[in-house]
Amino acid sequence: MSDSLITLGRTLGRTSRFAAPVVPSRRILAALGRFLASDAASWIIPVLLLLVWQAVARAGLLPANVVPAPSDVVDAAWRLTLSGELLDNVGISAKRAGIGFAIGGSLAFAFGLLNGVSKIGEKLTDATFQMVRNIPNLAMVPLVILWFGIEDSARIFLVALGVFFPIYINTFHGIRTVDVQLVEMGRSYGMSNWELFRRVILPGALPSIFVGLRYALGIMWLTLIVAETIAANSGIGYMAMSAREFMQLDVVVLSILLYALLGKLADSIARLLERTTLSWHPAFQAHVKES
Amino acid sequence: MVDDILVRAMLYSQLDAIDKPPPDEPDEAVDTLDDNRPPGGVALTLRGLTKSFGANSVLHGIDLHVPAGQFLTVIGKSGCGKSTLLRILAGLDAPTGGEVLFDGRASQQSPHVSRLMFQEPRLLPWARVLGNVEVGLGARRNAPGADRRALAKLAEVGLERRAHDWPAVLSGGQKQRVALARALASSPNFLALDEPLGALDALTRIEMQSLLESVWQEEGFTAVLVTHDVTEAVMLGDRVVLIEDGIVKLEVDVPIARPRRRGSPQVAALEERILSHLFADGARPADHSFQSRLRTSLFSRAGGPS
Repeated sequence: MSDSLITLGRTLGRTSRFAAPVVPSRRILAALGRFLASDAASWIIPVLLLLVWQAVARAGLLPANVVPAPSDVVDAAWRLTLSGELLDNVGISAKRAGIGFAIGGSLAFAFGLLNGVSKIGEKLTDATFQMVRNIPNLAMVPLVILWFGIEDSARIFLVALGVFFPIYINTFHGIRTVDVQLVEMGRSYGMSNWELFRRVILPGALPSIFVGLRYALGIMWLTLIVAETIAANSGIGYMAMSAREFMQLDVVVLSILLYALLGKLADSIARLLERTTLSWHPAFQAHVKES
Repeated sequence: MVDDILVRAMLYSQLDAIDKPPPDEPDEAVDTLDDNRPPGGVALTLRGLTKSFGANSVLHGIDLHVPAGQFLTVIGKSGCGKSTLLRILAGLDAPTGGEVLFDGRASQQSPHVSRLMFQEPRLLPWARVLGNVEVGLGARRNAPGADRRALAKLAEVGLERRAHDWPAVLSGGQKQRVALARALASSPNFLALDEPLGALDALTRIEMQSLLESVWQEEGFTAVLVTHDVTEAVMLGDRVVLIEDGIVKLEVDVPIARPRRRGSPQVAALEERILSHLFADGARPADHSFQSRLRTSLFSRAGGPS
């Protein structure tokens, strides 16, 4: 896609030869083409949206009690940062997300591996997982509150439950769909079971595992938002709910934006991991060639 | 652009470092076999070998002796059981009946190393070319010096400069050459080749055939090549075995001196003889016009003689 943008830039540059200053306009267009092809281009639309929002709010077209101006949100962020409230709440939410993800994710990965390589494991546990999987984890909220109260453990439990299934299913599926010809090759070259796993099965399942990981990160934030808004006494969700009671719209919007930012951050980390571990994959090699 | 130059410079410096082995370490140390097995080929003896899958019997008693270091080519129509035979020889499948002896000993008691080259390259896409060759080193693949051993084998097939590429960027012929280097990495005593050149284009195939011949002459392993290409069988084999309906129908020695010339009268005569056996249907007397008709149709189906 970026190739076509570059060619577009080039063709534009060529046609503009008939305009007055040939070289500079060509250069500008080439630079524009490069900019559009770069990673920075993905920020154009968000930034434009923010500018429009600010302009509309300043012009008084948006009543402040419906949506606050972006500058008000920035003010709120600054205010809460100075009081230390913002960092505390973000830290608490991130900690809950992290612990829940670590517990649910590692259990899911372990069971995915076990059931992927062992028929007995699959027979024993897979049917159970598939049944529990069909219960939306947020339907468990009333039960979880009864079990754990509104302590951290309730939210961690919900997050762990939410991230378990995407990681489990994709790890399991990834291992089961590893090329059998490669497995046969490994065996015929005398690989031990452990070596076969390390050199053939795990790398072969990795693309699928990453799909599960990224999907699980989305579910992780979603679950946490719901859990924190329903019953909590700290965290970003709590911050939003208490701000609502005092009609602090800027803080409510700030909380929503924080979730968006944290979600994007988690996804970026996963993508970076994916890019470094899957550099052999033809889909990622195109990227390497470009840069 | 500066990035480009930097990256290239880094790549070349890496490659150079690989190309030149440290001078103080003698090369002989690389090639010594650390297990106590004799180098060179191993003799294969097949006695009454049978194989069936459920009720479906594929091989009905194969008796064959392959002297150490011989290049045997096995030919037959598809579905005749030649690939099954090769998989048994390579130890991937167990025979239903009969036995396979290596230097007169059962497979488990023999110290020989056998390797199978598959129809497809079967390279690990997530390992660099060099890493793929290391897989072939067997138990020594985790030992120090594995990369130098692998690189030496890669040089044998002429791909040492691609050592740090991903398999995905290689051509079909290059991939098979990497697979060959992997098969040779542990200096096997027996190499089984399951139509490894079948998917290559005609020109690459001729190149690969001479490469195969030269590494075989150099390393002296026993080779069994399964193919459906009669020319390939005659060009490479010391002996050609024709398998039909699960039994050995014909054994022909190929007394032509190497290097053999493609299209020479002796090669053509032998090809003709094998083809006439392939298409002589049971009791049907040899009918020349019928055979040549069949032969033309065979070649036109295969996209012309290669």
